Amino acid sequence: MKMTGSQILLECLKREGVEVVFGYPGGQVLPTFDALYNYEGFRFILPRHEQGAAHAADGYARVTGKVGVCLATSGPGATNLVTGIANAFMDSIPMVAITGQVPTGLIGNDAFQEADITGITRPVTKHNYLVKDVKDLALIVREAFYIASTGRPGPVLIDLPKDVQVGQTEFIWPEEVKIRSYNPRYAGHPGQIKKAAKLIMQAKRPILYIGGGIILSGAALELLELAQKLGCPVTWTLMGVGGFPSKHKQSLGMLGMHGTAYANHSIMEADLIVALGARFDDRVTGRLDMFAPHAKVIHVDIDPSSISKNVHVDIPIVGDVRGVLADLIKEVKRAPAIDDWLKHVDGLKKKYPMVYKDRNTVMPQYVIQQIEEATAGDAIICTEVGQHQMWAAQWFNYSKPRTFVSSGGLGTMGFGFPASIGAKLGRPEKIVFNIAGDGSIQMNIQELATCVANKIHVKVAILNNGYLGMVRQWQELFYKRRYSHTPITGPDFVKLAESYGAVGIRVTKKEEVRPAIDKAIKTENTVFIDFQVEEEENVFPMVPAGEAINNILGGLA
Amino acid sequence: MKHTISVLVENKFGVLARVAGLFSARGYNIASLAVSETLDPEISYMTIVVEAKDEKILEQITKQLNKLIDVITVTDFTKKEYLDRELILAKINYTPKDKPKLEAIFNKFVGKIIHHKADTAIVEAVGDQHQISELLEELNKFGLKELVRTGKLAISN
Repeated sequence: MKMTGSQILLECLKREGVEVVFGYPGGQVLPTFDALYNYEGFRFILPRHEQGAAHAADGYARVTGKVGVCLATSGPGATNLVTGIANAFMDSIPMVAITGQVPTGLIGNDAFQEADITGITRPVTKHNYLVKDVKDLALIVREAFYIASTGRPGPVLIDLPKDVQVGQTEFIWPEEVKIRSYNPRYAGHPGQIKKAAKLIMQAKRPILYIGGGIILSGAALELLELAQKLGCPVTWTLMGVGGFPSKHKQSLGMLGMHGTAYANHSIMEADLIVALGARFDDRVTGRLDMFAPHAKVIHVDIDPSSISKNVHVDIPIVGDVRGVLADLIKEVKRAPAIDDWLKHVDGLKKKYPMVYKDRNTVMPQYVIQQIEEATAGDAIICTEVGQHQMWAAQWFNYSKPRTFVSSGGLGTMGFGFPASIGAKLGRPEKIVFNIAGDGSIQMNIQELATCVANKIHVKVAILNNGYLGMVRQWQELFYKRRYSHTPITGPDFVKLAESYGAVGIRVTKKEEVRPAIDKAIKTENTVFIDFQVEEEENVFPMVPAGEAINNILGGLA
Repeated sequence: MKHTISVLVENKFGVLARVAGLFSARGYNIASLAVSETLDPEISYMTIVVEAKDEKILEQITKQLNKLIDVITVTDFTKKEYLDRELILAKINYTPKDKPKLEAIFNKFVGKIIHHKADTAIVEAVGDQHQISELLEELNKFGLKELVRTGKLAISN
């Protein structure tokens, strides 16, 4: 049967199992939107900005593990997706972004709303395509989903000229995808795994250091099994939050710039680091030449280029961390003798506890703790980027993967709110909170309309301190309190929410915190809670950029 | 230090931009780059000479190249036997009385005069890295006015 390019696109998306597409119409995608009229193959959500579409697709992908899909028109529609694509790229999130393009005959002519989006996104996609012939479309869509979701996941962009959307051809569904130049390796090398097991069994001060790879590969159970078999401490990156239960006795919490002091001291003293799906980012290692001087490193990663990029690795294992862990568990015949180490780490925990000074005002950390209590820890927490993000990572005890949704690598303000929309659509049975700052929330606040129009009931906790808080904190600590353009005003968030048809609550006192959270959870609507928090509260512990990670500004600790 | 690598790529739209973009995005330097189709017109062959101050950077370059979906294989010739050649065209100061001197040079090197005018000549020459650099020293004695080079081509042996 002959179909148009647009019909083929929708049919392919449906066959790929797409449940929801986030998209925004425009001139060069009109044929595709015409095909979407009354289309029932999947749900379609209209955000209020293309950036919202990309982040929503990303948030959906993070909570479900499926490929997120967004769609925009050519030119400005496509360029508005770029931040969201780059964000997904940095955090290895599977996404397919589809853009309209001017007709093939006009490409390169500076046509109206033309942008070279394959050129623009080349460095921030895993791969991208410009479709020149409708006959290639079905295979390209298939390849795009395959590439996005396999190996180290990432975003793939498909640029679709208008004449290709209109063009007709026989629809042939490619049953199989095979790309000769792309063969991700999943199984770890058995010899390397044996060597790793041997090193682990001999270790005296081992530590498991886990990253987003644990979550992406679905390896949380295997990780728990290995960790319990070894009995050694476990620490994680921001992307690894939720990969290991925070309340587990072996848990050290997050490490790095805003990690716990005991995690940082432990990794600095370790004699063996087992890195699992983590990439030794500069926010984790601090000053590289002083990082973990006594440690041998075992590094498991599906991306060979992550291994030995920053830190010298003694035993590299290229492969999917889930399968490698399963093999490793079999090879580790006995637990290492580490009683002294555990006692020492326990001492570090007691010596440097996570604390904050409660001034009996609305403390941001307290708000996070109360959200955890009110939801019994069973919620999906999305964040924007800044102080609130670090507090959300530090003060909420996550116990399951895919419950913490945050922009790690790119650090994109404005990510959390649209991502929470994607998260709620992916996991409608869950309470979804977006923890925001008063700066970040204003970057994609237009998505309130999307929430209300589609009855996507997310709860937004704005930790409103009247500053771009994280930058202000750096200015306080490293720029002599010269608060250059960090004081920021905003709207009346309560009235703003109401004007969109959502619910707004203002909290100015400590005793109002919990009732407001409870009310927000009970309310069958999107809720903005404007928590007017301590203005100059800082995120501690903190390691200044470029310092060794045991050089910690403690705040109180 | 300079390293020679070859990259087999799918002969697809934008593939050169992907490879070149990778080098610029990650701050690696390309000393020379030569690209052409292979016997299989669906595949292109690139010879790239890169500046890498240590092994670690070279390793990253090859790993990052391998990550590109359109890259089929990457060969680092640092660890392999290979032959390399480069073609140059040079415009030099030249009068007919220089002819014997130039001929003497081309007894040692592979090359010839392909064009001349009253006061200049264009010569072509082929050789490996060392031969080309020695030849250029010789040609410099005449006065090199202009020089174009193909960049290195390398093939394993």
